[in-house]
Amino acid sequence: MTQPTPVTASSPPRRRGLIAVAWLWVGAPLAYGLYELVQKATQLFTR
Amino acid sequence: MKPPVAPTGWSRWLVPPAALSVHLSIGQAYAWSVFKPPLESALDLSGTQSALPFQLGIVMLGLSAAFGGTLVERNGPRWAMAVALVCFSSGFLLSALGAATEQYWLIVLGYGFVGGIGLGIGYISPVSTLIKWFPDRPGMATGIAIMGFGGGALIASPWSAQMLDSFGTDSDGIALAFLVHGLTYAVFMTLGVLLVRVPRQEVRAQSPDPASAAPAGPQVSAKQAIRTPQFWCLWVVLCMNVTAGIGILEKAAPMITDFFADTSTPVSVSAAAGFVALLSAANMAGRIGWSSTSDLIGRKNVYRLYLGVGALMYLLIALYGDASKPLFVVCALVILSFYGGGFATVPAYLKDLFGTYQVGAIHGRLLTAWSTAGVLGPLIVNRVADSQEEAGKHGSSLYGLSFTIMIGLLVVGFVANELVRPVHVRHHVPAPRESADDAAHARDRQQPA
Repeated sequence: MTQPTPVTASSPPRRRGLIAVAWLWVGAPLAYGLYELVQKATQLFTR
Repeated sequence: MKPPVAPTGWSRWLVPPAALSVHLSIGQAYAWSVFKPPLESALDLSGTQSALPFQLGIVMLGLSAAFGGTLVERNGPRWAMAVALVCFSSGFLLSALGAATEQYWLIVLGYGFVGGIGLGIGYISPVSTLIKWFPDRPGMATGIAIMGFGGGALIASPWSAQMLDSFGTDSDGIALAFLVHGLTYAVFMTLGVLLVRVPRQEVRAQSPDPASAAPAGPQVSAKQAIRTPQFWCLWVVLCMNVTAGIGILEKAAPMITDFFADTSTPVSVSAAAGFVALLSAANMAGRIGWSSTSDLIGRKNVYRLYLGVGALMYLLIALYGDASKPLFVVCALVILSFYGGGFATVPAYLKDLFGTYQVGAIHGRLLTAWSTAGVLGPLIVNRVADSQEEAGKHGSSLYGLSFTIMIGLLVVGFVANELVRPVHVRHHVPAPRESADDAAHARDRQQPA
């Protein structure tokens, strides 16, 4: 009888390239939004 | 449509970016105000008229999440994300046609009605899947996605403004901006449609915390859930928490200006804009921060914090807010972080109470509390401020009554949270579909190769 290959969350991450691209895809615009936000928020302390 | 099952080796860390690609897109809705002044001048509209597409969009969000939740559960996250993509993007394309031909009703229909369906289906599309992938950290997982909804406006607001600067603010420029939005969001959301997968049984069964990974515990259908007192207690909790947050959000800029108008350190218009931006950051940080914290301290405790400490923060602003600017700012930031946290933690609270069986559909129905608060919050704050102004009050005294009402609402929410108990066994699904699937998978795995 064959046992299933354990696939756990603590296994070494696979598809590292795809994970990096996916996070970059959503991270880059979010970083742009946060940068614009910080620019605006600093006005509270500088003016 | 069959939900896409993850192949062996599919990492669960591919699912949050899939969810984020949808939530960061539909979060654009909160940046609609960027289009208001250009539309008003190009199409000769009043402020009330130019708000219509957004208002209809939020109404459709609530309705489609409430009525489409069961379909989302049945057809899976890929179907839901594809529907969200088509509706949200075609809403922009219809709006582009409306602006180009100067037919405003097409913008209302496109952005508000069609796009609004995309908002609702898109909002609930990844919730159930994320909870199944992260049974050990459901609060963090849904927090990441729902943080994206807050982040969407941060991206869209400067991006849309820059686009209008480049294309012009006449009807042709607006049409071109809508067209670019529709096409860009379609491409951006495609990542979610392509990447999202429902977990294979092995992942769920062998997650770091097997006890929490097993689909044990209560499993309640969406139809049955709305017949339980727990659902309605949570409805009141969410509605009160959102209303209290809107109490600050709705009038943040004039509020900080009024509070310090008669002091030696008055707040300028640009500083008030900075305060609003800081509130957006707190709202977003609260979504991921407090929701992740709920995995450690429990859902009921974190809502005790939102509602109890939230009421205390309102009390501090009401009593000492005009005496200290840092105190005012810190209290407002804490309230806004609780507002965001309340949105992000509720799917995990629902999972604790009703199980993963139809948690997406139950979440969809609960979002009617958001729609109600969206009407209730601004109504209370604006009515009270107007009446106080008519009574000759000024400065911080304009808001005293509003804050007292908000404290009362938070106390009501706190009591509702205290009344939440585990769901009675008579509401449980006798043979959960998920458990049947588990058994079938287990039998398959035991077959000789």
